[in-house]
Amino acid sequence: MKQDKKVKEEVSMAEDLNRPVTPSAETPESSSRRLDDEQRVKVVSPSMLVFRRFIRNRLAVTGLIFFIVMLLFSYLGGIFSPYSETQRFYKTTEMSEEFAGVTQSSTYRFITAQGQAFPTASQAKAQLAIKNGETTFTADNDTFTLDKISSEGYTISQMASVAKAETLGGSITVSSANSNELPEGLEEAFTQAVQDESESFTLGDTTYQVERDRKTYYAKTSLYIGVATMKLIDFDSADSQNSTDFTIAALQAEDTAMANGQTVTFQAEGQTYTLEYNQADDAALIYQAGQTSAYAIVSNYIVNSVQSDVHIGIDLRQQIVEAVQSGEDQLVYDNNEYDISRQNNRWTLTLQQDKTVFDAYAFPSRAHWLGTDGYGMDILTRLMYGGRVSIQISFMVVLISLILGITLGGLSGYFGGWVDFVIMRLVDIFYCLPTWPIMIIIGAVMDEMKVDSATRMNFLMLLLGVLGWSGVARMVRGQILGLRDQEFMIATEATGLTVGRRIFKHLVPNVIPQLIVMATMSMGDTILTESTLSFLGLGVKYPFASWGNIINAVSTQYVMTNYVFVWLPAGLCILITVLGFNFIGDGLRDAFDPKMKR
Amino acid sequence: MRKYIVKRLLWSILILFFVSFLIYLLMRSLPSSYVETVARERAAANPQVSYKQWLERLNELYGLNVNPLQGFFIWLSQALRGHFGDSWYYGVPVTQKFGSVIWYSFALGAAALIFQVALAIPLGIQSARKQYSTLDYATTVFALIGISLPGFFFITILKMVFAVNLGWFDLNGIVGRMHDTYSPFRQFLDICQHMVLPTLNLVIIGTGSLLRYTRTNMLEVLNSDYIRTARAEGLSERRVINHHAFRNTLIPLVTIIGGTLPGLFSGALITETLFKIPGIGYTSYEAMLAGDIPFTMFYLTFMAILTLLGTLISDVLYAVVDPRVRVS
Repeated sequence: MKQDKKVKEEVSMAEDLNRPVTPSAETPESSSRRLDDEQRVKVVSPSMLVFRRFIRNRLAVTGLIFFIVMLLFSYLGGIFSPYSETQRFYKTTEMSEEFAGVTQSSTYRFITAQGQAFPTASQAKAQLAIKNGETTFTADNDTFTLDKISSEGYTISQMASVAKAETLGGSITVSSANSNELPEGLEEAFTQAVQDESESFTLGDTTYQVERDRKTYYAKTSLYIGVATMKLIDFDSADSQNSTDFTIAALQAEDTAMANGQTVTFQAEGQTYTLEYNQADDAALIYQAGQTSAYAIVSNYIVNSVQSDVHIGIDLRQQIVEAVQSGEDQLVYDNNEYDISRQNNRWTLTLQQDKTVFDAYAFPSRAHWLGTDGYGMDILTRLMYGGRVSIQISFMVVLISLILGITLGGLSGYFGGWVDFVIMRLVDIFYCLPTWPIMIIIGAVMDEMKVDSATRMNFLMLLLGVLGWSGVARMVRGQILGLRDQEFMIATEATGLTVGRRIFKHLVPNVIPQLIVMATMSMGDTILTESTLSFLGLGVKYPFASWGNIINAVSTQYVMTNYVFVWLPAGLCILITVLGFNFIGDGLRDAFDPKMKR
Repeated sequence: MRKYIVKRLLWSILILFFVSFLIYLLMRSLPSSYVETVARERAAANPQVSYKQWLERLNELYGLNVNPLQGFFIWLSQALRGHFGDSWYYGVPVTQKFGSVIWYSFALGAAALIFQVALAIPLGIQSARKQYSTLDYATTVFALIGISLPGFFFITILKMVFAVNLGWFDLNGIVGRMHDTYSPFRQFLDICQHMVLPTLNLVIIGTGSLLRYTRTNMLEVLNSDYIRTARAEGLSERRVINHHAFRNTLIPLVTIIGGTLPGLFSGALITETLFKIPGIGYTSYEAMLAGDIPFTMFYLTFMAILTLLGTLISDVLYAVVDPRVRVS
């Protein structure tokens, strides 16, 4: 097809001859004009002619409307939308979460003194002994003594050798009986006792008994192991450590308070504490001197936090104990609602909490006309921005392949010979490169290398452009081959124009109609390619929106069947835009090439 | 004629050489993630040999330790003898895997092509005969919608309607759950049933361009002088269309359909992947994502060969069908 300007003018004249000629008022002689007088014919410019033919094509106009609507939707929509491209929406949902478990204390717990060990097996023996009301028990060949210190508290001690003295021909060597270091002054006192052959000696507050086993003497004393208590002492801060001294003092103070119904002051580890017994919940609060907030609580209930990182403070603990004891099934504390459920001797507290989560897959509403997607983003807004991305990408891709194709095709067609040969083989090679697999491979590799989304998008454009120029080059070359020997080219040569001017100013403009058609059609194609790649997760990625990656959500069957509003609009957007391009391209082809009309 | 074909073949081989070289360069410049993954796994399982040593061994095993140029010629010399190596991802020789999956793709492609031709040619001719009629507009719109439909979107709609809502077909796969218990004939029917949706998708999406092509060619033929002459001679309209016009339309159609024949083996990548049809498209998609160089190299080269073969066949057919070309 030769689209020389002259041809078009002839066509336009021929068309306009069909119209009734109205004689114009300014020229009175017009009636005397001959039929083929140039003045009679209203000459329409070629582009105007194409435009008229285009407008008459209903499909083409529909396509143009589609395109304009989508263009406005994408570009103006983004301005009018109250949301931004990556704005995520949240919603609050009530989530019930197990918070704590409460059990009544039914066994003794053991608090061992520093440096002492009291293994589980011995604990079981102690448990049994207390239950049977015995004061001594044997475990692991050791004899332990139980001393009652309060209503539900015992101290555990053990007779154990601290030191041994060996007499060898008058000299006495004292050494430690266990791995511990000897207390100060023991060696002298023990030596003295052995020499005196006394049965016991006293050092400081401790009384040691001396036992003899042939030539070896043992200094035995009651070793303080720890405290056994039914009551639980919990501290306000998670860092506070329980000690035996404090426990004993606290337990004794509680007993006194329970009996008198008063507050009791006691001393432990050099500190003064006040204990306040509350009969209602059978628990006692301990205050450090001079402090208003409670330091510890003594109760019969074990309150365990379900989450390992949460420490339940005294206030809440007291409330929980109180609630559990009075058999309530709900507790409100610090604006949190706890449900209490009982199962035998165990109470479970569930926290009713408002949690903020992404408003994912929200159904269409007034705030979100098309709902929200899996990330909690407004779908309508994503569609608008996605349209921009898709249209921009396809525009850039087509531009790159046009520039490459026109340049190489133009050079090839104009010069012919070996230039043509080399370029055409290059075209053959590029034509053979399978676009889809290459795009998929590179997409997968960019996934692997964690290329950021913007770079990725640019790379995608470049690659699609480079892989797509061969068709343009072929077409341009074919057209130019037929044109370059025509008279107007000889004229350009005669006027001495440079080669570049001759190719790009005089040859290429003749190919522009076909180029426009081709470009329009491949805009549509590129949108399809890009959206398919994005759909596969190998093209445009979050945070950028693309119609393809919005539909990506259907990769899970659940979303596909239950949230149609997520993927259907995006698919329709692609369809309408591509259809628009194809309708326009088709209409343009018909408008440029009227031979197809009958 | 023979000289022409031989010349074209020789050129094709040269182009193929460069194409495969480019593809090899591409594959080699990619970070060979598969090898690294395997090396890491093996180093974890067997701590006596370090990750680096495994990597070296594997690179040597797969010929990745030489420079790309050398590597290409090693690959080429192996490939010419039909040795494409073992697929890393599937663990079997590439050609064996290819042989086991290609017929699914071929069946799918052939079924789709038959329906496409059966639909496109009559519709295209009718719409050209009655240009600007309702039928013409309808087919044009149908064809352009087919061309403009994103495959993955249409597949989703098909699945939604026919698999989820109506429950007529399975969502994906090539065989049903009870496949093994069926008689051989039922098994065949089972496979056919699973091919219905993919074929439907390919037909709807692929018919458009062939339909448009038929219409354009038919229009061109109907506008030509010999048709006017035939009409002027007083031949019946049926004879003009069926005898004179149709035969001439067939020339470009035969060439273009001939050119698509090699494409039957190239597999429908997106359709197969989304329907999980174990054809060459789906198989190589998985291989490509896993960075399986031997399989991908083979697949890409195979695709290039198919493209070259397609253009060659359509050019040769053009000469065979149209006597005017043969003379010049």
